[in-house]
Amino acid sequence: MALAAVVLLGVAPSTLSEFNLSLLGKFLTYAIVALGLDLIWGYGGMLSLGQGLFFAIGGYAMAMYLKLEASGKHLPDFMDWSGATSLPAFWQPFHSPVFAIAAAILLPALVAGIVGFLIFRSRVQGVYFSIITQALTLIASILFVGQQAVTGGTNGITDLKTIFGMSLNDAHTQKNLYLFTAVMVLVSFLFCRMLTMSRFGRILVAIRDDENRVRFLGYNPVVYKTIVFSIAAALAGIAGALFVPQVGIISPAAMDVVPSVEMVVWVAVGGRGTLVGAILGCLLVNWGKSVFNDNYPDQWQYFLGGLFVVTVLLMPDGVVGAGRRLMTWINRRRALPLALRSAPVAAPETEQVGGGH
Amino acid sequence: MNSRAITETILDIEGVTVSFDGFKAIDGLDFRLQQGEVRFLIGPNGAGKTTLLDIITGKTKPIAGKIVFDGKHDLRRWPEYARVRHGIGRKFQTPTIFSSLSVWENMEAAIGMNDTPLGLLRKMTSTETDRVQSTLKTIGLDRRAQERAGTLAHGQKQWLEIGMLLIQEPKLLLLDEPVAGMTRRDRDLTGELIVEIARTRSVLVVEHDMDFVRKFAHWVTVLHTGKFLCEGTVEQVQNDPRVIEVYLGRTPEGVH
Repeated sequence: MALAAVVLLGVAPSTLSEFNLSLLGKFLTYAIVALGLDLIWGYGGMLSLGQGLFFAIGGYAMAMYLKLEASGKHLPDFMDWSGATSLPAFWQPFHSPVFAIAAAILLPALVAGIVGFLIFRSRVQGVYFSIITQALTLIASILFVGQQAVTGGTNGITDLKTIFGMSLNDAHTQKNLYLFTAVMVLVSFLFCRMLTMSRFGRILVAIRDDENRVRFLGYNPVVYKTIVFSIAAALAGIAGALFVPQVGIISPAAMDVVPSVEMVVWVAVGGRGTLVGAILGCLLVNWGKSVFNDNYPDQWQYFLGGLFVVTVLLMPDGVVGAGRRLMTWINRRRALPLALRSAPVAAPETEQVGGGH
Repeated sequence: MNSRAITETILDIEGVTVSFDGFKAIDGLDFRLQQGEVRFLIGPNGAGKTTLLDIITGKTKPIAGKIVFDGKHDLRRWPEYARVRHGIGRKFQTPTIFSSLSVWENMEAAIGMNDTPLGLLRKMTSTETDRVQSTLKTIGLDRRAQERAGTLAHGQKQWLEIGMLLIQEPKLLLLDEPVAGMTRRDRDLTGELIVEIARTRSVLVVEHDMDFVRKFAHWVTVLHTGKFLCEGTVEQVQNDPRVIEVYLGRTPEGVH
């Protein structure tokens, strides 16, 4: 199945229209965010409502480089409008694409590392963790809107023209960006899989099950939670950096409440605790969103909320979990002799974490 | 007490007081455990037995007193996980295993205590695998290694937890009501397991079940309202008028 998915994503450029391909490319960047969120929430039990912040940091880092490339020797246009006369010092290193890309990955990881360490060390858990991450994201959003001269304010950073000298409007460039994003989804997936299949992954699940017990097993949960929160942030940063050249804009809107909540819905719908579910849920929900938006643009948020409620109530382990349950049920029916078929079927396995040794 | 005994003290608690909003769960308690000793701790409800285990493992912090581990370590400076790494293992009252992991994975989690997060990305060494296998055999779960721990029977969960402790090779093992909720047969098996474990380490057992205590305990300490009441053999303790008095009004045999 995984192979089929890879092949499908590989042939997409030759079959999809330019518009749909760019849409799929955007969704794939989201899928990387979803993988990270699944890692911390599905496996580690930490529901972050602040992944939009890390996505935005990655996006801004990349956008700063692209904006400088687009502006050439001039000051970026929004700085000009705000009356700035010279490039702020912290913008200078973003002339280098290597620095920009490194920043897109490391800056979110660093922010998550510091914030996470402080939160986890105080043993803040559950809904309080969610609230803090959400609040942090909103604060950052206000900060970005307020500092118009260096961040582009509400509009964000837009009007980007080229990447490494290639035009962003060129179909060929967009196709390459799409392919690169698809590869990054695969790399991220394999990386997360390696983590979750290892003993590190077991400790993560153990922390989700019973953090105190893990402490009394001789581990410091703070270390593990901080590491995995940083990894998830880095993945969101990578996603943001891939998003910007494909969509052409990053703005504080990425740090609103809704995007971060939507990210949670992707993972919930797909099935948290299964990496495939995170990707699948992300693509499904976003595809639904684009279809929905074409027909009833105003109702999407109601639908999203409804979807979340229905998922939580009826499919607590998402599409993947429901599918798995259905398969188990069918297999058991098949295995049973005819006379026993009306007998109740034992509760199937509902959660998928780790697997053998 | 001669000087040799002092150097072999694994746990030395002096004048420890624990207060919960003014209520003294433990009140100026002195307690000493020798290397390789198996000690049973009994006392009526609210005597402070579990609280004593809590201050040894770091779950609760005392407001006064000293806790010295292995003759030289002042335990109060260490967070919970550091105490475990230095060799204090604890089995909780209710079986606390990781129910969504398999039996094998639970053991894997236990054995990796001294690994770094990066070290946990590699597989277990063959020595470690062998140790998991042999420990599973000891606790009688070798045939159920791949089963999800949450599906085990109550007694098996307790054993799995003991197995997870064993593989960490603690110097001091604290067992909080290890046979609670077990069938008679399981209780005897657990008792034998404890005797086996105690050959190579110090064990402190909190237990309510007097049948079990009679069968497996040599030396018993009785706590009452957070204070030391008396200690001795099971027989001495049971015939001690002070013990009879504190248990009076409840069943004389203790809570069962």
